[in-house]
Amino acid sequence: MTQSHPDAPSSSVSFSKTRTLSVLVENSPGVLARVSSLFSRRGYNIDSLAVGPTENPDFSRMTIVINVEDHALEQVIAQLDKLINVISITELDPVISVQRELLLVKVSTDEKTRSQVLETVQLFRAKVVDVAQDAVTIEATGNTEKISALLRVLEPYGILELIQSGLVAMSRGLKPGSISEDKK
Amino acid sequence: MNMSDTTKMTGASSLVKALEASGVDVMFGIPGGAILPAYDPIFDSKIRHILVRHEQGAGHAATGYAQATGRVGVCIATSGPGATNLVTPLADAQMDSVPIVAITGQVASGAIGTDAFQEADIRGITMPVTKHSFLVTRAEDIARSVAEAFHIASTGRPGAVLVDIAKDALQMQTEFNFPKSIELGGYNPKLEAPAEAIRDAAALIAQSKAPVLYIGGGAIKAGAHKELLKLAELTGAPVVTTLMARGAFPDSHPQHLGMPGMHGTVAAVTALQKADLLITLGARFDDRVTGKLSTFAPGAKIIHADIDPAEIGKNRRADVGLVGDLKLTIEALIPALKSEFKKNQPDISAWLSQAYGWRTRFPLGYDHPTDGSVSPQYVIERIGKMSGPDAIYVAGVGQHQMWASQFISYEKPRTWLNSGGLGTMGYAVPAAMGAKVGAPDTTVWAIDGDGCFQMTNQELVTCALNNIPIKVAVINNESLGMVRQWQTLFYNERYSNTELHSKRIPDFAKLADAMGCVGLTCDSTDDVDKTIAQAMEINDRPVVVDFSVHRDAMVWPMVAAGTSNDDIVNARSLAPIWDSQEL
Repeated sequence: MTQSHPDAPSSSVSFSKTRTLSVLVENSPGVLARVSSLFSRRGYNIDSLAVGPTENPDFSRMTIVINVEDHALEQVIAQLDKLINVISITELDPVISVQRELLLVKVSTDEKTRSQVLETVQLFRAKVVDVAQDAVTIEATGNTEKISALLRVLEPYGILELIQSGLVAMSRGLKPGSISEDKK
Repeated sequence: MNMSDTTKMTGASSLVKALEASGVDVMFGIPGGAILPAYDPIFDSKIRHILVRHEQGAGHAATGYAQATGRVGVCIATSGPGATNLVTPLADAQMDSVPIVAITGQVASGAIGTDAFQEADIRGITMPVTKHSFLVTRAEDIARSVAEAFHIASTGRPGAVLVDIAKDALQMQTEFNFPKSIELGGYNPKLEAPAEAIRDAAALIAQSKAPVLYIGGGAIKAGAHKELLKLAELTGAPVVTTLMARGAFPDSHPQHLGMPGMHGTVAAVTALQKADLLITLGARFDDRVTGKLSTFAPGAKIIHADIDPAEIGKNRRADVGLVGDLKLTIEALIPALKSEFKKNQPDISAWLSQAYGWRTRFPLGYDHPTDGSVSPQYVIERIGKMSGPDAIYVAGVGQHQMWASQFISYEKPRTWLNSGGLGTMGYAVPAAMGAKVGAPDTTVWAIDGDGCFQMTNQELVTCALNNIPIKVAVINNESLGMVRQWQTLFYNERYSNTELHSKRIPDFAKLADAMGCVGLTCDSTDDVDKTIAQAMEINDRPVVVDFSVHRDAMVWPMVAAGTSNDDIVNARSLAPIWDSQEL
């Protein structure tokens, strides 16, 4: 769903695309509520949202993943920017940023399949964090593609439980992204 | 003024001192438990506190004050229900970009989150309907938060700001620390549009053969009416003023085509539809203006100037966006345009004669009812004529609001106040009260409906007791007229729950009398002028005139909701007949 008016003229060619926004916000109560309320009020769907501290305790950083068209993205950014507690917004290009999510997955195993599962874990540079009689719990980090690929391979063994964090992302190189840069 | 004071004082005193330092001369409110500590220093303050009868009245009064004066309006209430009663006026002010600050008491910080008596998370509740909202739990943060609230409310795109203060923060001792200047990392409104965009806009105007200046309420907020007049006369283009912009450009000006939108003039609506360029200044392509968006002004390029970057391209893609203060934008645009015109000034005379032709052929009008009853449009027109362009007119919401926009001539900004965005019935009486407080020497008329009037008329008691002599015209058609009009047109004349019986109950004149006002009645066309004159003579008390009018009068022209502006209907079942070459 996009924010545009239902009968807005559709611009010539525009495709929905997954975007990653890195949003620097004041570390003050209610900021998360403001951001999520804005998304809900304006009808923007969030794929994932991760929020955490930064190198400066006065600020937090949110990584927001959304699926929108170009035009809608401009609106999302403009509306977010109107929130007083939002300091800056950067769209992170997947090519020039590091993007990671965390996966915890409990996979059903028996004597026959356990070694195959462990081999998969090694191939994906994941970790086994808990072993029970008939299940192993795997921890993996990586970009969205890697996590999806791992899950595809594990699925036939039987996924008992799964939890995934929102994406966190950071631009490569020196800038932009540091708070001093953003505050300019 | 000493902005920082090391003397110890209560948080409540620092609140009142901060309001004084922010330039507040009046506030509207009602005390209650959580805000009570603040009311003690208010008792000694030079700020005039007007004790209203309902918090909603306080909020709309603050809005009316702000709309009439251009200054920040202030309202104050206690926690819980006091605060939630402010939600409607906050949303109303925010939708119409009116700068108001609401101060609310909150339960003591230790009790927050415990469902304490009169606790409501008003910061959370108002997040989507304010520009910003603060919750202050420490005495030392009060003065700074108040300073920031006024800064946020009054700069950039103005709006509503709430400051919720915990009771213990008001009671604790602190030093007064009022910042001299305010820097908010995440809030830096851009005031000057980039020179390149100004040049692009000037170039587009110089290419246009059929331009229209589409003026919104931002022109009034920015105080840009003088600059607008210059720009309009420089371009020679026809001007339309939206419901929020009435008065930004003189109605009597030969370039003015009237109001666009659902109940706009045929000329204004049609000019937008047929234009090749819209010079949009402080307007937001609201659905009530555009009609069905995909069919709006199909051949027009768009220049869109607004202080709010999020408005550019929100509803309609802009060819040139000019983000900045409108006064500065127009000031920059004028010389850029002059130099473009030196190179090339297009001939727009054919367009002008077409547009002015529509104005001549399809003027606003109304019929007098055949049964001898009073036409509501006539009453409103006469009030406008007899009170003149210096008076302030404040409308409620509905048919009377549209007629007051259509049949009163506005020549100056801040003389027409109404609830445009939220469409809040009950706005008129308290907003008129606020306007009169802000402009005590000006005649202030509330043009209200009998439905609206019954929502907030208790503030007439406040007016009577506080020497705020407003005049109220109740346009009494004994029904929720606009809703009834839609039932007539779209619901097969099935008048479900729109009959108010207000010619029978209540007796508005007696009600006015009981509230310390003068109550007058008028039910014949011949008496309209006499009654208005009588009301005009009373200046020591509020006056309420119950104008009994014909109930079947309708607002025309009309573009039905969700349809195209091309389908404007001039009067019932009477669409304008166009010359074939015009279609």
